[in-house]
Amino acid sequence: MAEHRPSIDRHLLGMGLFISSEALFFLGLIAAYVLYRGQALAGPGAVPLDIPRTALFTGFLLASSATVQLAARRLRADDRRGCQGWLLATVLCGTVFLAGQATEYARLLHERIAPSHSLAATTFFTLTGFHGLHVLVGLLALLILLGLALAGDVTARRRSGLEAISLYWHFVDGVWVAVFSVVYLWTLL
Amino acid sequence: MRTTEQPYAEPLPRLSSAEGLLHWVATVDHKQIGLLYLLTSLSFFLVGGFEALLLRAQLAVPGAQLLPPGVYNQLFTMHGVTMIFFVVMPALLGFANYAVPLLIGAQDVAFPRLNALSYWLFLFSGLLLHFSFLAGSAPDTGWFSYAPLTEPPFSPGANVDYWLLGLLVSSVGTIATAINLIVTVLLLRAPGMTIRRLPLFVWMTLVTGFLIIWAMPALTAALAMLLVDRYLGGHFFDPAAGGNVLLWQHLFWAFGHPEVYIMILPAMGIVSEVIPVFARKPIFGYTFVAAATLGIAFLSFMVWAHHMFAVGLGPLVNTVFGAMSMLIAIPTGIKVFNWLATMWGGALRFTTAMLFAVAFVAMFTIGGLSGVTMAVVPIDWQITDTYYIVAHLHYVLFGGSVLALFAGTYYWFPKMTGRLLSERLGHWHFWLTFAGLNLAFFPMHASGLLGMPRRIYTYAAQPGWPELNLTSTVGAGLLGVAVLVFLWNLAWSLRAGPPAGADPWDAWTLEWATSSPPPPHNFTALPPIRSRRPLWDLKHPEQRDPEHEHG
Repeated sequence: MAEHRPSIDRHLLGMGLFISSEALFFLGLIAAYVLYRGQALAGPGAVPLDIPRTALFTGFLLASSATVQLAARRLRADDRRGCQGWLLATVLCGTVFLAGQATEYARLLHERIAPSHSLAATTFFTLTGFHGLHVLVGLLALLILLGLALAGDVTARRRSGLEAISLYWHFVDGVWVAVFSVVYLWTLL
Repeated sequence: MRTTEQPYAEPLPRLSSAEGLLHWVATVDHKQIGLLYLLTSLSFFLVGGFEALLLRAQLAVPGAQLLPPGVYNQLFTMHGVTMIFFVVMPALLGFANYAVPLLIGAQDVAFPRLNALSYWLFLFSGLLLHFSFLAGSAPDTGWFSYAPLTEPPFSPGANVDYWLLGLLVSSVGTIATAINLIVTVLLLRAPGMTIRRLPLFVWMTLVTGFLIIWAMPALTAALAMLLVDRYLGGHFFDPAAGGNVLLWQHLFWAFGHPEVYIMILPAMGIVSEVIPVFARKPIFGYTFVAAATLGIAFLSFMVWAHHMFAVGLGPLVNTVFGAMSMLIAIPTGIKVFNWLATMWGGALRFTTAMLFAVAFVAMFTIGGLSGVTMAVVPIDWQITDTYYIVAHLHYVLFGGSVLALFAGTYYWFPKMTGRLLSERLGHWHFWLTFAGLNLAFFPMHASGLLGMPRRIYTYAAQPGWPELNLTSTVGAGLLGVAVLVFLWNLAWSLRAGPPAGADPWDAWTLEWATSSPPPPHNFTALPPIRSRRPLWDLKHPEQRDPEHEHG
């Protein structure tokens, strides 16, 4: 029998399994948000949202999915400088998104809307907050990756780390598309 | 041709020297991590068992004053949480960690450092949970801790937080281990070890891995919501603000029922390894056992509301969930018949491992049958929250999972340590356990049917209750003695047990093709893998197993 050679990279498979688990975690939070939508027996209901502003920051997050993909492509072509550049762009786009979320939270807290304010606020902060936490974790991973890339440890032959983190980053973006649709765009209907 | 390997010369590192201690703390070897999992869960088993003995002592006679009600609540909560999350799950994962790479001819798991992280998360989450005893009071809201009892107005103390954070941390480690095991089985099999030749323990570990990564997130999400409620003043489970307490029950049991199979599938896997070896026959209907495992896993995600029949979800929902729950009896029954057919006509060797495996089949069947009775909604309404439930869950978790863990211990201890456990002490351990468990848990069916509720710290002398409870307490005492015999056996055999050699049971799977204990890289050379029993082929070249399955 021929030597058994795994055709799938173990890091990508591990990350894929992790993402399938994480997706169900967010499904739970989104289900709770939908279940409680419009149910506020006490206190004011909906959280005041600035949709155009959030749409702008959403653009940055979506762009970062493209840049991390370009970073992986540059690395496959053995263009390390290009890879580092696109990784840096990804980190910057992700940071802009987080800054947008932080200022949105600051505005709400300034208007005295905290998670304890109402059921709507509880679900809003929980869902967007856990997503933000995942963006933060992704940013840390990207920063470590950038550091390793600058140190010359990320190469065309050793790129499975980059591919796995890129997969995670796409997932975080995908979750945001769902969250943005359910939390923000749904209010327009 | 027989394997003539010498026992591996290098023993396990000793804890007494600083170097040996560092070796254990810094290890990323799957065998050492597996042993750490097993030893740690054994320690938690002693803690949880001691709690059970206290509970039974309090219930020995009506109106006893041994434990105040508050302490009783803490003890039954900690007993359940400890046994489920810090004994049965990690012990099964410990066996998986130890045995899976050996069984598939791999050097280690796919992510050895992640594996170490998982273990340390498990250990520290267990310590975090138990630190609550030192911090003043332990969690007292039951292992499934229903809302709104866990909300700040009803549980203002920190004890619920210890429960919440302990489970949150432990769930992270468990998911990481599951990912590790799945990737290991899918990608690191030795040449020739195809999916259809996987040992059944590996099959069931693989399926359990998927159950873990897809069931745990429901618990994690519920815990995250409770965390927001308790720390940020959220309203997820606060009816006054529009929250819904049933959301907790749905999320918890969406995790909680697959969890039952997370705790039984690997146990079935151990039994499926032990029974064929000691019946001297290949497993009967391998494909059916593997397929039944998939069937059970699939159904386990669709039955969670059978824990909620008394909630009032309506006749349609109750009927659907009742019917789905009964369906699980089919794949489970298939497995029981496969084990029986494997033993039928075999040259049975009643080693201690085999005794525990056979008893598993019998006891688990009793637990499975009482489970079917509960899927009948009107019966469930009658017996829910009574001792009948306690009887059922102990027949599947103790009569099932724990007996299989003992079978696995007697079966693989020689591989792990290079020494056999004493069979004489093992027989004592087995018969005391068997008598103790039936004395302790069988009367609970009756006390439950007579109306005795679970989770009450004392009771009045209703007809039948005192006798049944005293019997249960005597049985629990016997189980305590059995555990002492087991500990003595472990301690004695570790020093003075007869040397095992590479293959003491004349077994067929790959772990027996290397020395006991195996070298750090597991195998110096692998036998060719052309069937499900590579060592049988090696020992009997003239009558090798068929390369492909026929019918």
